[in-house]
Amino acid sequence: MKSLAELEEIRKKTLDQINLRTNNQDVRVVVGMATCGIAAGARPVMNAFVEELSKRNLSNVAVTMTGCIGICKLEPVVEVIDKDGSKVTYVKMTPEKVARVVAEHIVNGRVCAEYTIAEAEK
Amino acid sequence: MRDLSLHLMDMIQNSITAKATRISILICADRESDLLEMEVKDNGIGMESDFLKNVVNPFTTTRDTRRVGLGIPLLEASANRASGELKITSEKFVGTTVKASFKISHIDRIPLGDLAQTMEGIIIARPDIEYDLTLDNKKERFNFNSSDIKRRLGEVPITNFEVIKWIGEYLNDGVKTIFGGILDEILS
Ligand SMILES: Nc1ncnc2c1ncn2[C@@H]1O[C@H](COP(=O)(O)OP(=O)(O)OP(=O)(O)O)[C@@H](O)[C@H]1O
Ligand code: FES
Ligand SMILES: [Mg+2]
Repeated sequence: MKSLAELEEIRKKTLDQINLRTNNQDVRVVVGMATCGIAAGARPVMNAFVEELSKRNLSNVAVTMTGCIGICKLEPVVEVIDKDGSKVTYVKMTPEKVARVVAEHIVNGRVCAEYTIAEAEK
Repeated sequence: MRDLSLHLMDMIQNSITAKATRISILICADRESDLLEMEVKDNGIGMESDFLKNVVNPFTTTRDTRRVGLGIPLLEASANRASGELKITSEKFVGTTVKASFKISHIDRIPLGDLAQTMEGIIIARPDIEYDLTLDNKKERFNFNSSDIKRRLGEVPITNFEVIKWIGEYLNDGVKTIFGGILDEILS
């Protein structure tokens, strides 16, 4: 059974790390979470982002969600917004694609062109 | 929608769109009455009663000023298929309560699904909102309150990955304790 005492341990442990690092969140991942997005699998996609970011300890990335993005047939849709405000829209996302977007786009700054909306609409 | 936790995600997204700052969720499974109920209550902007009628029956009312929403009709359909019903009460500028019921033993009753994943997702996405979750089996209760967790965490953000992971595991324990053996998809 998980206990609240464990939470206290996590608190103590992370408090030290937080002081070492600036907690600025400069990249934002926005997952479309309207009904059609959820039905198409947006929740596990969001969860995969959290897991991949957590694995790499990328606390400078904020994962958030929004309602209808307006492109039902391309759901799940994810927007990655970089520090400078530039936005890339990824479509038909899956947890497998998430791993690549995190490794290539978020870590190395190389957009995964083949997953983008521009590619899907060609 | 495949399971209740996905419908919950959908209802919470509605509450967030309605600018709620506090969302209370109650899931109750009572073996005696064979009834599973999920209630989502928010303090968002609410709805006028005329508007509310159109939301629940988007296809029977004539209305073409906006696109028809799917979330609420789908939850109602899931409830109806398991001999349950959907009830919504709402007051403009006060808030909205959505309540869905299901007959537990009905062959078409959707499973609970991954409740922890829904809660982890909304907390990470909107940590500013207060979430209160109660699981109840009419004998025992489990409660989770995000403000309470924040208080315990002090300066550590609730969105911290380790905290989120802990919350997920904590909620899974709660689901097992309260619904194990009552909802047959949850192993006790
Ligand atoms: N909690 C709430 N508070 C205030 N208004 C709500 C709430 N839930 C639903 N509504 C209103 O009812 C409408 C219909 O909701 P519903 O979930 O069926 O569709 P939607 O959210 O508009 O679109 P979709 O769910 O298909 O993404 C919403 O657009 C909103 O105006
Ligand atoms: S209704 Fe499908 S993207 Fe909004
Ligand atoms: Mg909706």
